[in-house]
Amino acid sequence: MTIRNKAYIAGAWEHPLRVIPDLSTPELHATCAAGALADAGLSHSDVDGYFCAGDAPGNGATNMVDYLGLKVKHLDSTETGGSSYIIHVAHAAAAIAAGKCSVALITLAGRPKSERFNAFRGGGPDEQFEWWTGYSTSNAYGMCAARHMHEYGTTSEQLAWIKVAASHHAQHNPNAMLRDVVTVEDVVNSPMIADPLHRLDCCVVSDGGGALVVVSPEIARSLSRPLVAVRGAGEAVQGHGGGRGLDLTVTATSQSAPRAFAEAGVTPADVKYASIYDSFTITVLLQLEDMGFCAKGEGGRFVADGNLIAGTGRLPFNTDGGGLCNNHPTNRGGITKVIEAVRQLRGEANAPVQVPDCDLAAVNGIGGILGLRHAAATLVLERQ
Amino acid sequence: MAAVPSRPLPAPQPSVETQPFWDAAAEGRLTIKRCGSCNEPHYPPRGRCPFCFSDATTWENSKGEGAIYSLSTMRRGPNTPYVLAYVTLDEGPAVMTNIIDCDPDTLAIGDRVEVAFTPTEGGPPVPFFKPVAR
Ligand SMILES: [Zn+2]
Repeated sequence: MTIRNKAYIAGAWEHPLRVIPDLSTPELHATCAAGALADAGLSHSDVDGYFCAGDAPGNGATNMVDYLGLKVKHLDSTETGGSSYIIHVAHAAAAIAAGKCSVALITLAGRPKSERFNAFRGGGPDEQFEWWTGYSTSNAYGMCAARHMHEYGTTSEQLAWIKVAASHHAQHNPNAMLRDVVTVEDVVNSPMIADPLHRLDCCVVSDGGGALVVVSPEIARSLSRPLVAVRGAGEAVQGHGGGRGLDLTVTATSQSAPRAFAEAGVTPADVKYASIYDSFTITVLLQLEDMGFCAKGEGGRFVADGNLIAGTGRLPFNTDGGGLCNNHPTNRGGITKVIEAVRQLRGEANAPVQVPDCDLAAVNGIGGILGLRHAAATLVLERQ
Repeated sequence: MAAVPSRPLPAPQPSVETQPFWDAAAEGRLTIKRCGSCNEPHYPPRGRCPFCFSDATTWENSKGEGAIYSLSTMRRGPNTPYVLAYVTLDEGPAVMTNIIDCDPDTLAIGDRVEVAFTPTEGGPPVPFFKPVAR
């Protein structure tokens, strides 16, 4: 049993604004849903499966299905933070392959800039042993970066190249929050937030949202959009494991990516474009190693000298500017990673960053907090 | 320049599973759990061993000494700087904590540290660590 070629991403839509004071959060979900359905050429009444995560107001999918007026026969509220929506694509493909639904709608929306943001601090079993440490994303990811530097000699300048590449892409995205091209010096001279991560090693905070429509092969072929197949998927969770064998230089991507590539029957060398979750520069570096684009410890050398810049680099990544420059809707960057991969595969990316003949893309996300516990998700997508 | 946390520390909320840990903390003892089946120690403490799933876990005093596995000094925001770290205890488990009574700019991975229980707001003290006096 495989999901390979059993489902296609027919609709993908991202809200163009980064500050959205005039829509409620459920309304923003609805707006994104309408955008993705219109993109696919499908209607509200075609939807028979619905997927959402913790950003959706209310009780899992229940409130949103009611609010959106959907008539669905398959629900999934898998919540893994920012990687949720990448997992939703995989779960939608599995549900479609099993005949549980044929038009699956996935939505994300939130407005941390426009309303009081309720970050989930949520009652996990180990919270009483962690909360008082003053952990946040920046210092937890800072510990991962510090350990990688200690073990492999990775430098702040190498990490900075990841932001530099993202900024080269964002200059061509009229919707991006940060469109100025930055240099390695700009990054390492920006204020230190949590050693060794500087302000420009961190992603932006934005309102926003997006939606995806995943459909059966029969429906995909009946539509007028390019065929973007789900070829493989993987997911995995990693924490600090009872304190044994802690290794902050490895992410759960080391488990999810091999599963996805094996299901797809391809290798990292076949990938023409990669969407890599970029909450921080170090997040990208660790995922690139764990996906197999380079050996563990080689990430610093791999990303240096513009190697991630479309047109000149070996592996163009996050050509919309990513979370580092474009947007990070409601602090969850997973859905925008899938959306930009779909644009690349359709040939609809911004012209200066469109990868020529882009027929195979990989998407990887990290949800939760590296250094504490996180869920990784990998997708391999193909234009057919 | 010592980075002693001046921020208020929220009281930990013990559960029936973890109350003995916090009772020991109030007495200045750092405890971990050890499995009677596979003999592996673990932290944070759980009733059931995360490695072999046996419920034959027992409390054990840690010497409260170890080495810094990794660290990050928080520079921005209220009550900064403070040093978030993982300390690998000599017994094996890694503990997420803060390093206090230190100079964050000279602190390094591998430095030896010892537990330094620190008061919280109306609850049991929490296990921070400080550099071992040379
Ligand atoms: Zn055991």
